Amino acid sequence: MTLSRGTKMLLGIFAIIAGAFVYVPLGIILINSFSTNKSLTWPPTGYTTEWWSKAVDNEGVRSALLTSVVVALCATAIALVLGLLISLAIARYRFFGRESISLLIVLPIALPGIVTGIALNNVFTSYLGGLTFLTLVVAHATFCMVVVYNNVLARLRRMGGSVEEASSDLGAGGWTTFRLVTFPLMKSAILAGGILAFGLSFDEIIVTTFTAGPGITTLPIWIYQNLFRPNQAPIVNVVAAALVLVSIIPIYVAQKFGSDDERAGGVI
Amino acid sequence: MTPAIRVRGLRRTFGSVVAVDNVDLDVIDGEFLTLLGPSGSGKTTVLRMIAGFERPDAGTIELAGVNVTNAPPYARDVNTVFQDYALFPHMTVLENIEYGLRVKKVPKAERRARALEALEGVRLTDLGDRAPSQLSGGQRQRVALARALVNRPKVLLLDEPLGALDLKLREQMQVELKAIQRDVGITFVFVTHDQDEALTMSDRIAVFNEGRIVQLGTPAEIYEFPASEFVAGFVGTSNLLRDETALAVLGSAGTWSIRPEKIRIAAAGTAGEAGERAVAGTVREVIYVGMSTRMVIDLAPGGTLVAVEQNSGRHADQRLAMRGENVTLLWNTEHEYSVN
Repeated sequence: MTLSRGTKMLLGIFAIIAGAFVYVPLGIILINSFSTNKSLTWPPTGYTTEWWSKAVDNEGVRSALLTSVVVALCATAIALVLGLLISLAIARYRFFGRESISLLIVLPIALPGIVTGIALNNVFTSYLGGLTFLTLVVAHATFCMVVVYNNVLARLRRMGGSVEEASSDLGAGGWTTFRLVTFPLMKSAILAGGILAFGLSFDEIIVTTFTAGPGITTLPIWIYQNLFRPNQAPIVNVVAAALVLVSIIPIYVAQKFGSDDERAGGVI
Repeated sequence: MTPAIRVRGLRRTFGSVVAVDNVDLDVIDGEFLTLLGPSGSGKTTVLRMIAGFERPDAGTIELAGVNVTNAPPYARDVNTVFQDYALFPHMTVLENIEYGLRVKKVPKAERRARALEALEGVRLTDLGDRAPSQLSGGQRQRVALARALVNRPKVLLLDEPLGALDLKLREQMQVELKAIQRDVGITFVFVTHDQDEALTMSDRIAVFNEGRIVQLGTPAEIYEFPASEFVAGFVGTSNLLRDETALAVLGSAGTWSIRPEKIRIAAAGTAGEAGERAVAGTVREVIYVGMSTRMVIDLAPGGTLVAVEQNSGRHADQRLAMRGENVTLLWNTEHEYSVN
């Protein structure tokens, strides 16, 4: 499609404005984390790495980070197993209620977090003996599963059934076909789904506040608790800046595998 | 002798659609049998049931005398060449070909040797290390063929394998497939909707319509003696005379088929030789198709016939000038074939 010069320029300006809207505030956080100014105000008054070393040494930050990682890993593990199995069932078998189940799986990601949070909180505290670490993991798994499911299902649909039929035709049983054909072809989709699931769990705050057991503080919760304490503001800022940098890695990996998919997913 | 495949009372429905309706079929050992029919006629479903991808609602399938109706695909000694080839995109060409031997636990050295031999058989010796995505359509087609044949199955099933190729390559592969089939001596069951393909390659053809086999015979039998109006129309040009028209032209009612190449076009008023029928008509349309010319002729007693003549004698321009001319059509009465 050819665009006129004027249109191109106009679109370019809009794109820059939209991009700036997202990335300028992130940049400010990053720059402010090196500022000598204790309140998060602009412009920075001087350069220091004091906040970074303080944040690294901060016991609260460390334990919150560890909690977040463990929760995200556990939730992702559950999500991978369940998401994979459900997507295989939906993509490869016909059974009663297939369409409804597909909808029910995806729904949690569309539900407002606060609704999920309250609902789970009710069930956990009223019927399942209260909130623990496990309740938090299960709560996270409910929506992490969705991204794994969506990723893998899309891949299975694109793959079509004929390579699996070919494998079976050539003498491979169901498990061998899965091991040699289906799984290798959806590996990258599983990985991308897993990374997204980890990311979702890692920065979740609403459901977490309703389902975490007493004394369990994830990193987003820690940030929220410390945001309004004047002394902690620079450290919060450092944590936020670090999270921005760390988030780039999984997105980069997910995208890299996304582009590999073009080759792996298309069935020859 | 036990047939390679024996199918009895085969039936398969998809929802309210009857895809295959009471099909009986014996495939002779070593023959090239084509299942020919329009899309939706049930030919592919029959093939998929023989392969084991679909379960029949009723009926039985025997391979070399063994009932395999409910056996899974991997337990049947047949291999399939798929319409979309279904090569494994994450494996090289050679790994694709080795796959069947690998899952059957054939030792590595032997399977490598057999795969290389199969690759040579389809003239792709140097492409073993390529990924399927780096191959052309025709090359993928050959890899799919080698991947199936390397297992030395009793029967090879081919589901419209030439459908995605362009015309030149298609004709070349038709000749090649037929040669391979003669060489390896394996029974081929070939699905196509292309009548020319069916006529050129097959030992026998089963013509499918609406889930049933409407005629089974050699290409010549199917073409020269179509069993029904449908077969006459689907295989070759529909050249039918019906009811009153048939009564007026041929002297008897019913539906009759006369193949276009059996009809001779002569100057108006020419008398037929012994055994020939002469019918007056007017040329309505002249269509030049390179090797031959097709003429659509309105008959004086009513009805329309198509006649085909080779462009060996008269110059094409003379033919084209015949539009609107009065002519006499001549044909031997033994080529009038009733398709009631």
